[in-house]
Amino acid sequence: MRLISYWRWFVSVLLLAITPYALAHGESKFNLPKGVTPISHDIYDLHMTIFWICVGIGVIVFGVMIYTLIYHRKSRGVKPAQFHEHTLVEIVWAVIPLLILVAMAIPATLVLIRMNDTTEADINIKVTGYQWKWQYEYLDHGISYFSNLSTPRDELENRKPTKGQWYLLEVDKPLVVPIHKKIRFLVTANDVVHSWWVPSLGIKRDAIPGFIYEAWARIEKPGTYRGQCAELCGVNHGFMPIVVKAVTEEEYNKWIAEQTQQKTAAAQLSTKSLTKDELMTLGKKVHDTNCAVCHKVDGSGMPPAFPAITGSHIATGPIAKHIDIVLNGKLGTAMQAFGSQLSDADIAAVVTYQRNALGNSKGDMVNTQEIKAARVKEKN
Amino acid sequence: MAEVITHETEHHHYEPGHEKTLGAKIARWVFTTNHKDIGTLYLWLSFLMFFVAGGMALLIRTELFMPGARFISPEFFNQMTTMHGLIMVFGVVMPALTGLANWQIPLMIGAPDMALPRLNNWSFWLLPFAFLLLISTFFIEGPAPNFGWTFYAPLSTQYGPPSTDFMIFAIHLMGLSSIMGAINIIATIINMRAPGMSYMKMPVFAWSWFITAFLLLGIMPVLAGCVTMMLTDRHFGTSFFNAAGGGDPLLFQHLFWFFGHPEVYVLILPAFGIISEILPTFSRKKIFGYRFMVYAIVVIAVLSYVVWAHHMFTTGIPLASELFFMYATMIIAVPTGVKVFNWTATMFKGSLSFETPMLFAIGFLFMFTFGGFSGLMLAIVPADVQYQDSYFVVAHFHYVLMSGSVYAIMAAIYYWLPKWCGYMYCEKLGKWHFWLTTLGMNITFFVMHFLGLAGMPRRIPDYPLQFEDFNRIATIGAFILGFSQLIFLYNVIKTIRGKNRVKASAEVWEGHHGLEWTVASPAPYHTFSTPPKID
Ligand code: HEC
Ligand SMILES: [Cu+2]
Repeated sequence: MRLISYWRWFVSVLLLAITPYALAHGESKFNLPKGVTPISHDIYDLHMTIFWICVGIGVIVFGVMIYTLIYHRKSRGVKPAQFHEHTLVEIVWAVIPLLILVAMAIPATLVLIRMNDTTEADINIKVTGYQWKWQYEYLDHGISYFSNLSTPRDELENRKPTKGQWYLLEVDKPLVVPIHKKIRFLVTANDVVHSWWVPSLGIKRDAIPGFIYEAWARIEKPGTYRGQCAELCGVNHGFMPIVVKAVTEEEYNKWIAEQTQQKTAAAQLSTKSLTKDELMTLGKKVHDTNCAVCHKVDGSGMPPAFPAITGSHIATGPIAKHIDIVLNGKLGTAMQAFGSQLSDADIAAVVTYQRNALGNSKGDMVNTQEIKAARVKEKN
Repeated sequence: MAEVITHETEHHHYEPGHEKTLGAKIARWVFTTNHKDIGTLYLWLSFLMFFVAGGMALLIRTELFMPGARFISPEFFNQMTTMHGLIMVFGVVMPALTGLANWQIPLMIGAPDMALPRLNNWSFWLLPFAFLLLISTFFIEGPAPNFGWTFYAPLSTQYGPPSTDFMIFAIHLMGLSSIMGAINIIATIINMRAPGMSYMKMPVFAWSWFITAFLLLGIMPVLAGCVTMMLTDRHFGTSFFNAAGGGDPLLFQHLFWFFGHPEVYVLILPAFGIISEILPTFSRKKIFGYRFMVYAIVVIAVLSYVVWAHHMFTTGIPLASELFFMYATMIIAVPTGVKVFNWTATMFKGSLSFETPMLFAIGFLFMFTFGGFSGLMLAIVPADVQYQDSYFVVAHFHYVLMSGSVYAIMAAIYYWLPKWCGYMYCEKLGKWHFWLTTLGMNITFFVMHFLGLAGMPRRIPDYPLQFEDFNRIATIGAFILGFSQLIFLYNVIKTIRGKNRVKASAEVWEGHHGLEWTVASPAPYHTFSTPPKID
């Protein structure tokens, strides 16, 4: 008896604790988001259907079990029955589930066919997973950029008492897309397998190095939709979020125009010489966003997997080697070829910065033109 | 033929327990070819590993108690998830089931021992070395394996730490051990059944292991091939899994899951067998639909070979494959359902009593079925796109593995322990163990369904704020779950030492059925030297 009353107490506390959450959040804490694309709605409906089917079967099966546990106890003086075989019953309870499954398989098949139909897309975006960031390339506009986690380090390292609302779900440059357009995503990876998952779009597509697989979305509502990398991809797997900003077509066109302009400006900057101060300022920015995940903000790295920049024989040795490893990376290690990711100015800046900060003081520097020359030399 | 051999050796029966020196005591265990000794060794190894891998789980849960906490580093976190998974699968559930097979199959089919006793010795003694090798990776330069128990390429090949090679070798040893164990079980069941024990009179447990052994023979070589390809990719310039060299990372996943999916049935089929022994005993009623129970196991085993790609629904395999693997996966629900219905029918109108083995068996029945439901949901490809690699999957497979396989193993240990050591375990502690485990288990894993649906990916060392409360609950549950296993350990040791003072009779249970209850408790070192008569 005591046990039962404890149990009741426990259940009511649990329910009391849970209800406010269920009410307070628009997006349920307990269930899949309904999402904002036709596919995500279909998925939600399938999910709820199969859920209720399971609940139905569960009620019957668990009901019988519980009935048996209560009424067919030895302590009630029940004598065991003798039956132990019935072929017809066996066939019936094999066939009924089979019919339920067939009924379930039909809508699932239809949705699946729709999900796989990536034809007639209005916009094509290539999504590339890197350790540990995403690259977005707008194939129709020649725009391309990286999207890095932007949660401040103070929050990540617990130096701040509170964390922002979007802790681990915020990036420096979100993916911007228009609503009501069919967007085709071409998903791939540069190093290891990642997975591009945005629950509200109903998309999870593994990013596999060397292969491109597709997914699509037609977003119905403007808004910001967030997700995370879903396939274990190394130490910072938990730190490469995805943020999709869906805007109206006008805003999207404006944004595209802006990006194109910025691209031209950046190209110009890349031919210009920078002063050492400019290089150092830009270098810090580049280092903190691109290199610090492995080499740390202060250059201490995480040896032995990720070497320190502070006192590194490359960062304090001949500059050509330093430029070379940043441009071309090192094959078979996590050190990527940043030549394809960063502009000449960025590379000049980060190399200069690493040699004159982070505890190093080589005193030398490298400028944009030299990086350009290094690239040209390599081509030949 | 067999008779002639037994006759020759009959006079030299060795009895343990009279060794005088420590060396002789150790030698007894190292050189033993007795199926009961080897079963005991397997079970202790499994028990030890259970606490090792369980400790890792608690470290993982501690790190996840709150966001941003750095109790362990993300690097070490990944090593923990990897090792927790590898050890629980290869070091806990598989050895425990093999240990049970060793102890029980000869007793249940009326055989004097396993068919190949020396092979048996070797298949056990490979394992401690395999696990030493695996665990030694924590102490060598560079991180231990840190790419998940599924060790997907290229994270484990081009990007894997040096310790990966140790893991590969450890897996080879485990595979060798499993293959030899499987051969032994098949040989025993085919050749050593007591006269009159036809296949369709065999206990369901023996049947379940018979089929599992064939599964093992089919998949272990594939795993061995897969890790060997990893090794050559890492060191000998091949590019099986490297797209830059003309290979395909997905090939790895196909090979891995061609092993991996039947593997989960290796973990659960013998558990089905155990439950099919225990429920009739405590229902005092014969198993319902024996024939269909056996057929269902066969059908599940066959189907398990053709569903592997359901672990790969988000990789972009072609539509036609997705459809095929979805249908095949859904169909597995039919024979599995038949089993659940038959178990329920076995209890129905029985005369139930609730000793600890029965409690665990009922716990299994409820929670495994529950895990089956989430499995059915996962089979629906479009929905799986949302569930895949989220905490929903983590919840699902802990319901079928922890409250499935592990519950069955615990049930089996309580059920047969009196037979093995001649004393009853403490029923009160057994009940505490069951209820605390069940409470901890459900607190820990139930909320993970919500986490997964709300979008929390698995294998992340830190998480967004919205996932905080359920993670806290899960961590609290994990500690209840973890620490209640100490009750189990205490109870088992107390029983073996005879501290409960309650001697077990030969039959042990009122509703007993089967040959193992016809020998004395504790089971003598040599049993069925002359085969029993079966009518
Ligand atoms: C994904 C992790 C990662 C990122 C991001 C990364 N590196 Fe590295 N880096 C490495 C690894 C691993 C090595 C060691 C390679 C080897 O085995 O020699 C390395 C080596 C280096 C070295 C040579 C250090 C030495 O002493 O050997 C330099 C210099 C360097 N990186 C610069 C950079 C710069 C500049 C950036 C940012 C633009 C960057 N790295 C970003 C992983 C990374
Ligand atoms: Cu990733």
